[in-house]
Amino acid sequence: MAYSDKVMDHYENPRNVGSFEKDDSAVGTGMVGAPACGDVMKLQIKVSDDGVIEDARFKTYGCGSAIASSSLLTEWVKGKTLQQASEIKNTELAEELALPPVKIHCSVLAEDAIKAAIEDYNSKGGTAAEAAEKAADGS
Amino acid sequence: MSKSERVPVYLDYAATTPADPRVAEKMMACLTMDGDFGNPASRSHIFGWKADEDVKIARGHVAALVNADPREIVWTSGATESDNLAIKGVAHFYRKKGKHIITCKTEHKAVLDTCRQLEREGYEVTYLDVESSGLINMKVLEEAIREDTILISIMHVNNETGVVQDIAAIGELARNKGVIFHCDAAQSAGKIEIDLEKMKVDLMSFSAHKVYGPKGIGALYVRRKPRIRIEAQMHGGGHERGMRSGTLAVHQIVGMGEAFRIAKEEMAAESARLLALRERLMSGFSDMEEIYVNGDLSHHVAGVLNISFNFVEGESLIMALKDIAVSSGSACTSASLEPSYVLRALGREDELAHSSIRFSLGRFTTEADVDYTIELVRKKVEKLRELSPLWEMYKDGVDLSKVQWAAH
Repeated sequence: MAYSDKVMDHYENPRNVGSFEKDDSAVGTGMVGAPACGDVMKLQIKVSDDGVIEDARFKTYGCGSAIASSSLLTEWVKGKTLQQASEIKNTELAEELALPPVKIHCSVLAEDAIKAAIEDYNSKGGTAAEAAEKAADGS
Repeated sequence: MSKSERVPVYLDYAATTPADPRVAEKMMACLTMDGDFGNPASRSHIFGWKADEDVKIARGHVAALVNADPREIVWTSGATESDNLAIKGVAHFYRKKGKHIITCKTEHKAVLDTCRQLEREGYEVTYLDVESSGLINMKVLEEAIREDTILISIMHVNNETGVVQDIAAIGELARNKGVIFHCDAAQSAGKIEIDLEKMKVDLMSFSAHKVYGPKGIGALYVRRKPRIRIEAQMHGGGHERGMRSGTLAVHQIVGMGEAFRIAKEEMAAESARLLALRERLMSGFSDMEEIYVNGDLSHHVAGVLNISFNFVEGESLIMALKDIAVSSGSACTSASLEPSYVLRALGREDELAHSSIRFSLGRFTTEADVDYTIELVRKKVEKLRELSPLWEMYKDGVDLSKVQWAAH
């Protein structure tokens, strides 16, 4: 299968590979996919008190497109608010990486991963989550 | 890293082989005006006679490799056509006798898809399971045979795993039960001994390009004693005793003949050399954690090694191994997104099927190629495992089989 240069670049030099401490209240972890399906993504975000994603890490078991999708996503979410990050669409990832139609599911998985990470962070009731809730209550 | 002489290193001989230079040379002598370009069916002049003589010699070489009579060899376009001709040919010719066919889940698609087509035509097909070794259980096969069974089609050597079926035993059983036995020998001819005087195989498919011959040519062995009948699939001109019409591709046939002649001569030595190389490759991986050999190496062709590197997805590994040419049972290398049906039939979990790499060695593989491959694979597997959340969980002692995965 022929890959775009961007996929090859992310595959050969993946950005932000690694893990954060899962139990840290500032960290949200999203794990999506299944080994039997051929891809599993773990995406982690570290969120500042004011609800901005300071840092992100990933590990992915999957094809080159899956690795590239998750690597690109970690670059994109950094500096974004949780709200902004949750609005990232799989189509934007697929377009940026020029994924072929059979690999679109890799970008879908990446979108699922960031949503799951945000959800995990919110469920921990971290500082920023509280602040967001308060803001919502106050309005 | 030790340098191999040729990068990328070709380790996909089970997919296809380069033509042996001796083969290419013979073929080139059958194309141009000053060569034997004639039509072997032209009986009226020397151009035809010379081409016919070339074909006769080639037919003799193919027959000799498998100890058959040259009159039992029918030229086709390759093993896929041979499988189609054998299976559809028998099914159609003997349809009044019965409509049941037995084959196996690990067969090549040329057999499986042909059987599917016959099911659409009203035939019944039993697809046998295999043991975890990749071998057929003879008792299961025997129990599958019915009154109306007309054909058993079982391959000799599996293309993905290299596992060798006991076709002599299957032949005995089939003959005793009065069932015709077809065997796809695309991966075995020229690699392991085939003696059709002794083995009770009625139809056997061959390919040239797996044995250092050209692509686009193959043959079907059709037994004369007892006589096996097949209905032709290709009509027009009545070539090949009416079983396969079409002007004979002399250059291709001569290439296949020469390839099979060389194979007969060099098979024993080559097979010993390949076995040593495969063992060298295997021992280069043997101390790695979480690797699984697919297929029973004690019933195995020399040149193939299929390994699952757990927690690493096959396609990403193939991308990382771009300096060696190998193939994977991972879904992602096919259009279907399903992992290898062959490895699944062996009872391998999907994740291990996704993680499999087939190394197939051949005539031009060197020790340096193997050493280079070992180093490269070890390095890249390690790198991808560092990237793998599954490897991390495994290292943390998480039982992956107990994890609730979000299916997608």
